[in-house]
Amino acid sequence: MSTKKTKKKSQWHDIWRQLKKNKLAVISLFVLIALILIAILAPVLAPYSYKTQDVVNANAGSSAEHLLGTDKLGRDILSRLLYGSRASLIMGFSAIAIGAIIGIAIGAISGYFGGWTDNIIMRLLDIYQAIPMLLLCIALAAVLGPSLRNAIIALGVGMVPGYARMMRASVMTVRGKEFVESAKSKNCSTVRIILKHIIPNAIGPMIVQITMGVGSCILSGAALSFIGLGVQAPTAEWGAMISDARASLRQYPTQALYPGLCVMISVLACNLLGDGLRDALDPRLRN
Amino acid sequence: MENKYLLQIKDLAVEYHTDEDTVYAVNNISLELRKGEALGLVGETGAGKTTVAKSILGILPKVQSEITSGEILFEGENLLALSEKKMQKIRGNKIAMIFQDPMTALNPIETVGFQITEAIRQHNKISKYEGQQRACEMLEMVGIPRERYNEYPHQFSGGMKQRVVIAMALACNPELLLADEPTTALDVTIQAQVLEMMRTLREQMNTSVILITHDFGVVADFCESVAVTYAGEIVEKGSVDRIFNNAQHPYTQGLFGSLPSLDSKERRLKPIKGLMPDPTKVQKGCVFCDRCPHATEQCAAVKPAPVETEPGHFVKCSLVKGAEQ
Repeated sequence: MSTKKTKKKSQWHDIWRQLKKNKLAVISLFVLIALILIAILAPVLAPYSYKTQDVVNANAGSSAEHLLGTDKLGRDILSRLLYGSRASLIMGFSAIAIGAIIGIAIGAISGYFGGWTDNIIMRLLDIYQAIPMLLLCIALAAVLGPSLRNAIIALGVGMVPGYARMMRASVMTVRGKEFVESAKSKNCSTVRIILKHIIPNAIGPMIVQITMGVGSCILSGAALSFIGLGVQAPTAEWGAMISDARASLRQYPTQALYPGLCVMISVLACNLLGDGLRDALDPRLRN
Repeated sequence: MENKYLLQIKDLAVEYHTDEDTVYAVNNISLELRKGEALGLVGETGAGKTTVAKSILGILPKVQSEITSGEILFEGENLLALSEKKMQKIRGNKIAMIFQDPMTALNPIETVGFQITEAIRQHNKISKYEGQQRACEMLEMVGIPRERYNEYPHQFSGGMKQRVVIAMALACNPELLLADEPTTALDVTIQAQVLEMMRTLREQMNTSVILITHDFGVVADFCESVAVTYAGEIVEKGSVDRIFNNAQHPYTQGLFGSLPSLDSKERRLKPIKGLMPDPTKVQKGCVFCDRCPHATEQCAAVKPAPVETEPGHFVKCSLVKGAEQ
């Protein structure tokens, strides 16, 4: 069985080799890994706790004590940014996980069975998609009550239709392939055919979209927090920090600028990595 | 008499429904296959050959297709009337199918070994390890070293892939093998290898085969009997010997006529003129009458019944001797 490992590895090697050619994608990958490490190691890295208030030093600028200054309650902005990466990344990744898993399941069923099943599911999704995604998230988060968990659910549910559609299209191209018929003639059950033969073959294009979706989820998550429907104080979150700094934007623009930069960098990293992955995974773009 | 045949198809008719039309893909085909026999199902693209094979296995697309009449008796049981549960015991186990295009008949992201093991484990309650051992044996049987168990289809050449597909089909020792143009996608030398291998395996396992092809050379090489299909009907059937030496249906004669010969110095091939009839229209008379050089008015009006011109040699033509009662 030792051959198995080398073969599987070589497949990933191939993708990695392609990805390496794209410098931006590699940098993005490292930025993302760094972000994840920061989120995990926040208590170690942060000089202060995210909720320690130093009221005397409120609204301070950069100094040796507070590298990026403090906010209106005197909390260290750098520490809050480091802690804030947790909420943002959790939001981004879990929301995408919910959206992608449900979307892939619906899309696979719809695409594989076709006919009436497909028609009904797609019309329902049409109605669903007629509501702007962010509005839907806001409505859901408002109904469920503002909290990190509910924001994740709202975002995840909002992502479903896009993934379902894409998966459906992808499944439909795989469905007609001969190996699916061959699996039928081998007497594989429908569930097995979908899980083992259809989804793994149809999921390729989804990987790119999922990577990019993480970025948009972080962004939407920040937006939800900005309007007060996401993470609640005193927990640090980038969107909520921007929201807090809004009142004093003219006097202390850096208080909003730093979390804004964090959102931008993480979203950009996700999108550039997604772009790079698309090139690496698409055999037609290889040379 | 019933048990004389392993497989007996009686009056099978299959239709495909699309949004606009109904396609009459198979029209009242009857076939018999003895145990251990190899039957060549010959015909043009679109003559309904593959549909017959898929009907036997019960894997026609459910939404679009409909079997409108007929019986498929396998070991005396009507497959069309069987419950899905009973059918599952037969599909892949007693009847297996080899697909036309080895390039797409294997799942590109699973190892070939896994796919053979999957076929075996669908029907035999054995451990994963035993399944793998058995799959390795199958690979060796078709001439692929067992070390390649963990390789992916793209690491194999076309001929090798077809061997894997054959190994997969034979994994459960089926009684009946439906080979749907197993050599069409391969070049001639590989074709010969694959046929040779299938022949050996057939002798070893005593499997009956329905070989679907449009290549008479392959049929002559591999089969004992032939059924010539045209527009969803069998126009002539009999032993290879009789059909090849004494083709009586004008269509079969036309097919043989259009084969190039090594002896004569003809510069052009002699194709059959015209095209296959529109499969969405029901033919009132003989299906071949539009293209038949001998067609009469009666041909267009009355559908000919099969006539036994020699023992075991059936021809569906009004013009052969014995057709006029």
